[in-house]
Amino acid sequence: MPMGVYVQVQGDAMTDTATDNTQVAVEVHPRAIRWMHWFNFPIISVMIWSGLRIYWSFDFTRVPGEFGDNNLIPNVVYEQLDLDRKLAKGLSFHLSFGWLLVINGLAYLAYLAYSREWKHIVPRLGDLKNIPATILHDMGLKKEAPAHGQYNVMQQVAYSTVLVMAAIIVATGFALFKPTQLAWLTNLFGGYERARAIHLLMTFGLLSFFGVHIVQVMRSGFANFWSMVTGYELEDVTPDDHTDDSPGAAEIDATPEEELANV
Amino acid sequence: MSNDNDFYVSPRRTMTAEEFEGKGRRSFLIGLLALGLGGAGITELSRQQAPGDRIAAPLRSVHDFNSAIWQSFYSPDRLSPTFDPSEAGPIRINGRHGVRNEIDLDAWTLDAIGPDGSTLGQHVIDDFTSMPFEEMTVEHKCVEGWSQIVTWGGTAFANFAALYPDAAEAEFVNMETPDGVYQVSLDRDSMLHPQTLLAWELNGEPLTQLHGAPLRLAMPHKYGIKQIKRISRIEFSNVRGPDYWTERGYDWYAGL
Repeated sequence: MPMGVYVQVQGDAMTDTATDNTQVAVEVHPRAIRWMHWFNFPIISVMIWSGLRIYWSFDFTRVPGEFGDNNLIPNVVYEQLDLDRKLAKGLSFHLSFGWLLVINGLAYLAYLAYSREWKHIVPRLGDLKNIPATILHDMGLKKEAPAHGQYNVMQQVAYSTVLVMAAIIVATGFALFKPTQLAWLTNLFGGYERARAIHLLMTFGLLSFFGVHIVQVMRSGFANFWSMVTGYELEDVTPDDHTDDSPGAAEIDATPEEELANV
Repeated sequence: MSNDNDFYVSPRRTMTAEEFEGKGRRSFLIGLLALGLGGAGITELSRQQAPGDRIAAPLRSVHDFNSAIWQSFYSPDRLSPTFDPSEAGPIRINGRHGVRNEIDLDAWTLDAIGPDGSTLGQHVIDDFTSMPFEEMTVEHKCVEGWSQIVTWGGTAFANFAALYPDAAEAEFVNMETPDGVYQVSLDRDSMLHPQTLLAWELNGEPLTQLHGAPLRLAMPHKYGIKQIKRISRIEFSNVRGPDYWTERGYDWYAGL
């Protein structure tokens, strides 16, 4: 088929759609969630940067070798990123911005509870069976995605896990900051040394999440990314507005009575 | 029951495509502004140094804010965890500031200074070793992040302070090494904590010079940077004295 004709056909179809359905921007992310989401970016960046400056001064994975030290994080990384020999600065930033992280985290939890947004994020037990199908769909091996609400079950698992990891990283942070006054907390994590290892492990956990998160956001396109900035996403308005006709979604908030009514 | 369950929690607000475009522009500008201001702010915070300090004034304020919070929870009854002496091991020599040169231990003396600057007394090591002896096996923590279980032997600082009850009412205790290189100042509460020792033994052996012989401070509720070695001067004062590592950007309180 000649290219011109193809484009023409496509163009006509689009014109038709545009005539029949106007586009409307629908709120996807409330303002509070968006601000708290983006506040995390500078806060966590500073926490990881200053944390590595602290970590450099005692890298417990360091094994002296024939050609210099062998660390989990190579010395060249520390040197290139100006993370070496900056302990005092690292500590002062870490213990300042740590409060911002705590405040942002608490505000977020309070908002989730108040707005009931937590229902988007915490997976329902019944949905966990959709995990394999969701992964296959994400990998492009399965056409149909299991029915879901705002987030699919893998997103819910990821977002919930991140919250748990964030809670652990804050708790181990306090365990390391005040191992005498909060000795019970330090002991809960198996002592000072273990608390430090867990603190680092959670950092790598969060970094892995950010990696997957960014890849997935890039895969789902600019409109999706932009909705976390503006709060809104354009949708086509059809005369009979069923923007989400996923069958499973109907029962999410249903009371037992409503569920009976559905039957 | 509605079919639109996607956003079942809050009602979905909408706006026209034109409004959305305007909102997008505003969001973009706000984002750009925030990125610029935030980036510049953090860079400046990292670059600045308060007078006589190696960190910016706001960061120092947060250190002091943190100290105030934790000091308000301070209790002399809350002790650092202790361990079985068999768990104690050798400890690395991390800092030589103030103990770089060998001294004649027999010639060593310690001056006690009062809040008015007057010398209250001069002490020799026997003055301390004749005080009640105690040992504690605790985790010695370095601000760098490493820790080591060690056994300190010595006498509670409170026993020494009892020699000068009036002077010991002062708010701070300022200490230094004989060469004046290393200085530490501490608040009275921290000094009178039952686990604050003037120590002359480490793991059952007399202190080596590099570990602070003949007399050093041992206090598991503070980082090692506060546990001054080879003390030659103890000043009870209402003025916070100089502090080696605080001047180099570390937290003065350094409490654990």
